[in-house]
This record gives sequence, structure tokens and C-alpha cells, in this order.
Amino acid sequence: MEELNNLLHGFSVALTLPNLGFMVLGITLGILIGVLPGLGGANGIAILLPLTFSMDQTSAIIMLSCIYWGALFGGAITSILFNIPGEPWSVATTFDGFPLAQQGRAGAALTAAFTSSFVGAFFAVLLITFLAPLVAKFALKFGAAEMFAVQMLTFCSFVGMSKEPPAKTLAVMALGFAMAAVGMDTVTGTLRMTYGFPELLKGFDFLIAVIGLFGIGEILLTMEEGLAFKGKSAKIQLNIVLQTWKELLRYWRTSIRSVLVGCWMGVTPGGATPASFMAYGLARRGAKDKDSFGKGNVEGVVAPETAAHAAGTSALLPMLTLGIPGSPTAAVLLGGLLIWGLQPGPLLFQEKPDFVWGLIASMYLGNIVGLIVVLTTVPWWAAILRIPFSVIGPVIIVICAIGAYTVHSSIFDVIMMLVFGVFGYLFKKLRYPLAPLVLALVLGDMAESSFRQSMLLSQGSLSIFWANPLVAGLMSLSFVMLLWPIVPALKHYLRGRD
Amino acid sequence: MERSEDAAEAGLSNRWPEILVALFLLAVGVIVVSDSMRIGTGWEEGEGPQAGYFPFYIGCILLVSSGWILIGALARISKPQPQFASWVELKSVMQMLVPLSIYIVAVVYLGLYVSSFVLIAYFMKVHGKFGVIGTVLTSVGVPLAAFMLFERWFLVPLPKGPIEQMLGL
Repeated sequence: MEELNNLLHGFSVALTLPNLGFMVLGITLGILIGVLPGLGGANGIAILLPLTFSMDQTSAIIMLSCIYWGALFGGAITSILFNIPGEPWSVATTFDGFPLAQQGRAGAALTAAFTSSFVGAFFAVLLITFLAPLVAKFALKFGAAEMFAVQMLTFCSFVGMSKEPPAKTLAVMALGFAMAAVGMDTVTGTLRMTYGFPELLKGFDFLIAVIGLFGIGEILLTMEEGLAFKGKSAKIQLNIVLQTWKELLRYWRTSIRSVLVGCWMGVTPGGATPASFMAYGLARRGAKDKDSFGKGNVEGVVAPETAAHAAGTSALLPMLTLGIPGSPTAAVLLGGLLIWGLQPGPLLFQEKPDFVWGLIASMYLGNIVGLIVVLTTVPWWAAILRIPFSVIGPVIIVICAIGAYTVHSSIFDVIMMLVFGVFGYLFKKLRYPLAPLVLALVLGDMAESSFRQSMLLSQGSLSIFWANPLVAGLMSLSFVMLLWPIVPALKHYLRGRD
Repeated sequence: MERSEDAAEAGLSNRWPEILVALFLLAVGVIVVSDSMRIGTGWEEGEGPQAGYFPFYIGCILLVSSGWILIGALARISKPQPQFASWVELKSVMQMLVPLSIYIVAVVYLGLYVSSFVLIAYFMKVHGKFGVIGTVLTSVGVPLAAFMLFERWFLVPLPKGPIEQMLGL
């Protein structure tokens, strides 16, 4: 019951008036970010990160994580009312959410979405509360080889689980690692791939990459789709909320299934987007009236929203305990921790218990605050979406440029943002996944140093990765994940021979 | 009416974008591998792995995977391809990309505030067909709000150009 004591202590850290204020502020900013095209959880937090440098660390992380919850909530509003997914993980929500809104049941759809999000996040936080300390304790025994094996597993899982072609996943991942290697090598002091450009000395900052890839890239994609906001207006009355809650109880099976899918996909770096699609598919397969899906079935809103939030929240578990983020947004939060001088990983739980448990407590509180805020403020957000893109678009570009500049006060970064933006657009169009690129850029240095340390320990022999059952198990699992995409082809081949 | 619909469907196929991006990745792979070889990919006696040790393998992975994508794309080159985007869609993308690029160049020389004012005013006037008052209020208001928020409250200076210098800011 040590966890409960720690958690109670965490509540006492998080439940101060300024921190509650930061929570409401974070949730509100987050919903705004989630609602606006071109601003998402990852780049929204990346843009706001420099503003938190002067804040108290615990308050800052509370605000930033609340922005994350807010963005998760916000994505549902645009999907249901406007059929425009504000975030990739709310694409599956449009399938049934928008038809419901067209039938005049927008209130019910939104209530279902917000409540399911809350449920998904709540169970994921429970998982973090009780599992994270155990994982952290276990990970304390990890040496360099084990750390590298975990990182290897993370990246191989991308290849095995992503829906994009495996060669493209591998290529962007290697591109991310290569960009992380640019600049001065911290061990030997050698300059790598700088070619005499002083701007390249410090390497590529992943915050700039995130703002460009996700922000500018998304703006270009939005332009391509040609925005015509023809949304449904929405008000949520109390009796509709209560009615919907009663209806939701019937879908407990779908909820549990979606929570499980979401938590699994969040902890392993599958991410919220595939989780939402998987949960939607499972719900439809398990339903009695399959035909009603896609035409406005509340269950079709419950499943993806629950899974997306469970995944988005549980992505913080490996981030906190191992220093390996489960999603791009978690990666940005990790970057924030590093900038504040906090090294995420098993030691964080021992050295900064106030910070860790304050953050975990704020996840409970933030989600409750978030649910209340979204349920009461939906009409305003719907109104914001009626502002034409000819205003929103350039304003978001200005915000992205400011965000990119403030990271290092460097004009070069603003130019790089544009370059990343163009590549973000191209990569999206050609089905190159962006998440592995960002994670490789964030984790590149860490992966390299754990690899080098392992090599030093073993005097250059790769056998260290098979030296004990734990590291051997992790490595074998990595290779299974890496080779997973070959399995269908192999099956096909074998069947062809019979 | 029919003609414009046809025009909406015609567009750029995936063929060349796919090949060009693969070639770009391949080129990056060549840079990574060659630079790693320059700084040494081996084992320094008494020191451990050299600086190019890890990036070398990364570059190899990049070469193999992008080569694989390129071969796949070349093998399909004469077959029908999915559409990258229609010409109409590409035109709208360019309507954003061109002003955006000019904006970034302008930020370098004119600073952020003036460039942002011009960018927002341009979009509102040309694409949004807003009236003069609304356009001026928004395009002046946003940079002004950014100025108050960053320079005054958070004390984060943003890039400024000759015009701000003239105003003595």
C-alpha cells in the first residue's frame, strides 16, 4: 500500500490553488490546440515548452500534461461536430460521431465521447499508479545492455506493429537516428556531419522537427483538403448527459475491451491512433447489430475514444519509468523533463518522488477537471471552428514560427521548421510514419550511449546482448517484432508451394 | 461543369514523389555512411567505439531501407499508380506554401512582427475576402498580442527588424 501513501502525498502536492489554476489553463489551452487544425498535442506542447522554463517544475509538468489531456478531449469535438478529425486518433470517432450529430444527437455523441475518454484515461492512470513503481524498481537493475535492448524493442515494435510499409518505417527511423547524431559527439568530442556549418553544431532539435512535421505539415494537408467548415452546432443539456450516461452503462464490455487495447498499445509504442482503430474494429465485430456501425451508433464513439485516451495516458508509463516515450507527445514531455534537468527513468521515482507522484495525482485531477470543462464549454469551441481557415491558418503559422524561434532564439530553427513542414507533408502523403522519426530523434543519443556503454563493457562483442535471460529475451522479442511483417509473405509463399 | 470535374480528378501520381523521396533518403544514407567512415567506424584501442561506430550502422540501415523503397518504386514505374494529389489540391497547397516560404524569408530580414502582420492581412484579404476593418484589427492584433505576451510578460525577445528599430523597440 506504499503506492496509496505516495499517491495521497502526490495529491497534497497537486491540490494547491495555483496548480489547480494551471490545470484549468492547461486543459483549456489543450482543447484549443486539439480543436484547431495544425496544432496538436505534440507540437502544441513543443511550442509552449519554452514558456515553462521559468515555472516551478511540478506546476509546469502539471500544466503540460493537462494540455495533453485537453488535446485528447478537443480532437473529439471537431470529429463529431464537423467530421474533421482535429487529431489523427480521432479519425475513428468520426465514423459514428458525425452521423449522430447529423441526426441531431450531437449532445449524446459528445457526452459519450468525453465520458469514454475519461474512463479510458482513468483506468490508464490506475495502471500507472500501481504498475509504474514496480517497473521502475525492476528497471533499477537494468544495465546498459538491458537499456539498449528495451530501446531496441521500442523501435522494432514500430516496424512490427505499424500499418505503414516496414521499409518506410525503418527508413524514417534511421533518418531520425542520423539527425540525432549530427553535431558534437558527447563522448569523443568529434564533430559529426556538420560540414562546417556552425548552426549544425548543436544538431537538430526534435522540438523544431515536431513543430514542422506536425504543425506546418498538417497546415499543408488541411489546405489540400480544402476546408469548408459546415458543422453542427451543439449544446449539452444536463438531461442529455444523464440519459447518455445511463446508455453508456450498457456498453461496459466494449469499454473494458477498449481500455485493454488502449493500455497495451500505449505502453508498447503503438500509440493512440492504431489503438482507436483497433478498438473500433473489435467493437463492431463483437456487436449484435453490425450494420448500425458507421450510421450513428453510440458504441462506435465509445470504443475509439476510450482506447485513444487509455493509450495516450498509458504512453506516459514507459516515459516515466524507463525514459522511453510511448507516443510523440510523450516524447515532447520527455524532452521537457530533460531540459529541466530531470532524467526520466527508474531513478526519478527515488530522487524526485514529489515530482513523480504530483504528476500522477494531477492525472486523476486533470481528467476530472477536463471532463467538467469540456462538458460545459462545448458551444464555445464549436464557435471557434466557425472562424474561417483564412484567419486560423496564418495565425497558426505565426504561432508555430514563434514556437520554433523561442526554443533556442535561433532564426535558423524557423527555416528548419519550414523544411520539416514540407517533409511532414510529403511523408504523410507517401505513407511514411512520423512517430518513429520523432522518437528516434529524441532517443537517438540515449540509444547510442547505451549501445556504446554495452560495447565498452563487453570489449566490442555483441554477445553482451545475449548474456543473461532478461536481455536475451528482450532482444529476441525485438527480432520477432522486426521480422513480423515478413510472416504474411512467408505464409503466402508456403501456401503457394502446396 | 463536366470539364472542371475532370480537371479535379487529374493530378500528380505517386510515381515521382515516391522515387524522389527515396532518392533523398538514399542520399542522406550516403552522407551518414561516408561521414562516419571519415571519423572512424572502428575500435579505438583503450578508448572504445569511435564516433562513427553507431552512425555507420544507422546509415547502413538507411541505405538498405531506402534502396528497398526505391527498387519497389522503380519496379512499379510503368504500372498505374495511386494519386499523390490532384492538380486542384496541389494548387491549394501551393497557395499556402508559397506565402509561407516568403513569410519565413521575411522573418529573417524584417523580423517576426511585421511579417506576421503582412501574412495574416494577405490571407484575410485575398482568400478570406474580409473587409478592411476586420483585416486590420486581426492582422495588427495578433502580432501585438504576441509582443505583449512574449516581450513584456515572459521577457522572451522575438526576432525584430529595421522597422522595430526605427520605432525604438
